[in-house]
Amino acid sequence: MVGLEHYLTVAAALFVIGIFGIFLNRKNVIVILMSIELILLAVNINLVAFSSFLGDLVGQVFTMFVLTVAAAEAAIGLAILVCFFRTRGSIDVEDINVMKG
Amino acid sequence: MISADLSIALPEILLALFAMTALMVGVFTGKDRVAHLVLWATAAAFVILALMVALQGAESRTAFGGMFIDDAFARFAKVMILLSAAVVMLMGQDYMERHDLLRFEYPVLVALAALGMMIMVSAGDLMALYMGLELQSLALYVIVAIRRDSARSTEAGLKYFMLGALASGMLLYGASLVYGFAGTTLFDGIISTIADGEMPLGLLIGLAFLIAGLAFKVSAVPFHMWTPDVYQGAPTPVTAFLSTAPKIAAMALFARVVFEAFGTAAADWGQIVAFLAVLSMFLGGIAAIGQRDIKRLMAYSSIAHMGFALVGLAAGSQQGVEAMLIYMAIYVTMNIGVFAFILSMSRDGRPVTDIASLNMLSAREPVKAAALLVLLFSMAGVPPLLGFFGKLAVLWAAVEAGMAWLAVAGVIASVIGAFYYLRIVYYMYFGEEFEELDRVMPNLQWGLLMASSVIMVVGVINLFGIESFAEAAAQTLVR
Repeated sequence: MVGLEHYLTVAAALFVIGIFGIFLNRKNVIVILMSIELILLAVNINLVAFSSFLGDLVGQVFTMFVLTVAAAEAAIGLAILVCFFRTRGSIDVEDINVMKG
Repeated sequence: MISADLSIALPEILLALFAMTALMVGVFTGKDRVAHLVLWATAAAFVILALMVALQGAESRTAFGGMFIDDAFARFAKVMILLSAAVVMLMGQDYMERHDLLRFEYPVLVALAALGMMIMVSAGDLMALYMGLELQSLALYVIVAIRRDSARSTEAGLKYFMLGALASGMLLYGASLVYGFAGTTLFDGIISTIADGEMPLGLLIGLAFLIAGLAFKVSAVPFHMWTPDVYQGAPTPVTAFLSTAPKIAAMALFARVVFEAFGTAAADWGQIVAFLAVLSMFLGGIAAIGQRDIKRLMAYSSIAHMGFALVGLAAGSQQGVEAMLIYMAIYVTMNIGVFAFILSMSRDGRPVTDIASLNMLSAREPVKAAALLVLLFSMAGVPPLLGFFGKLAVLWAAVEAGMAWLAVAGVIASVIGAFYYLRIVYYMYFGEEFEELDRVMPNLQWGLLMASSVIMVVGVINLFGIESFAEAAAQTLVR
């Protein structure tokens, strides 16, 4: 029997993979965008699992909002990335270093 | 029912309609030739909406089943957001034009960001919170990278986007846990599940993630990494905008979430917020000392200021919220003045942000130097200027709430912080002769610099009466 905690565990694992994908990744900015999507999907799994467990539709409505915003966010992220590529000719994480910090 | 709901959210609806109309007008008429018109229209819309919000009466109303709250607290924050956004946008117009950045999308994006901020401060539900926050953040990511051909601006945009998206993800993960363990996304519902002050572990973890996400938006340490780079890389008018209105909105949202949704568990979040406040105050003060770039220095200064505002929040009392609101109002006024000056810093028409270029400013332009001196002293918290009373209010609230250690830490941090403000003053008055800056300064920027420094001196008499508004606002939030 697959219970709520199984879904939460999967979501937590995806979330942690997403966080690590952002911080351990030293290669490519696209991987960071993928990690961000992974984090948002983990949240969606959480919301839908809770929604079904509680018998309450609000969680699924929330998921719809998260999905649309995630699409808008990816579009803006890619647009900024294209501008960045035009000025620097590279999208390696190591090359994001004009300013120190 | 629906028309009553719509009338409560009328300012937001009007601003949304305005932003869409302005976008269409821009696209279908002269494109960037109408940028001036759109910018002035947006500023006028902000001022009209601010008046509309301010004159709405005193009662608290909710719309859309509690998702949207219109109370004195939200109105106080909205008026500050709208007015500061209008002023900062007009102030930067000249700079944007000189550097060929004045596209008609800029005022439209600022309007959308302001709309997001208005929804944030009125949020009564985790969904409204998320939508408002994202509307604000997405618009800000774009305007940070608005100088498309500059490596710095696009890099700042990319960094802001990556870390901002990560923060939204954390906030959202927290929101999902809160929803799961409280069974509702409404703040009213969440607080009723923890009425006895005992929280299930899941809810506590959710709260911690929510606070992490919000701390990122107010750039509190340890979630501040983006601030210096974004402030330095973004075009100066955008930096000025980032350091004013979004800070008010994020701080107001922070207060809204911890009081409306978790007000009965103040002991749990008070410690986290106090921890963030202490780290921000100290790191902001210490890291700013070695800075050579004035925009980067202002970033660390804003981190330290957010730390002080969080002290008011950590107190967890009505007095603390009131002090926080007053502190934010003073902080925004000071920042507008300082950025009016930074916007005018140029040499041979090119913008300069090096602190060393201020050497001996007092000999060449005594009036400007004196105004900046007052603002910097006020930021450092030197009595009898207004900045001192802001700091005094938040630290006093912490003492009253039995957190004397927090107030002592605040005093020590403000002494450390005074050092780097005084270093700028030293450069201005006793530095060595250096290449001169251009002397031109548009009238509006000059006027704002003078006005904000005069406010820092004259405001100590009665704070221009904002105390009573801040008190009413705090009363509606902390019950």
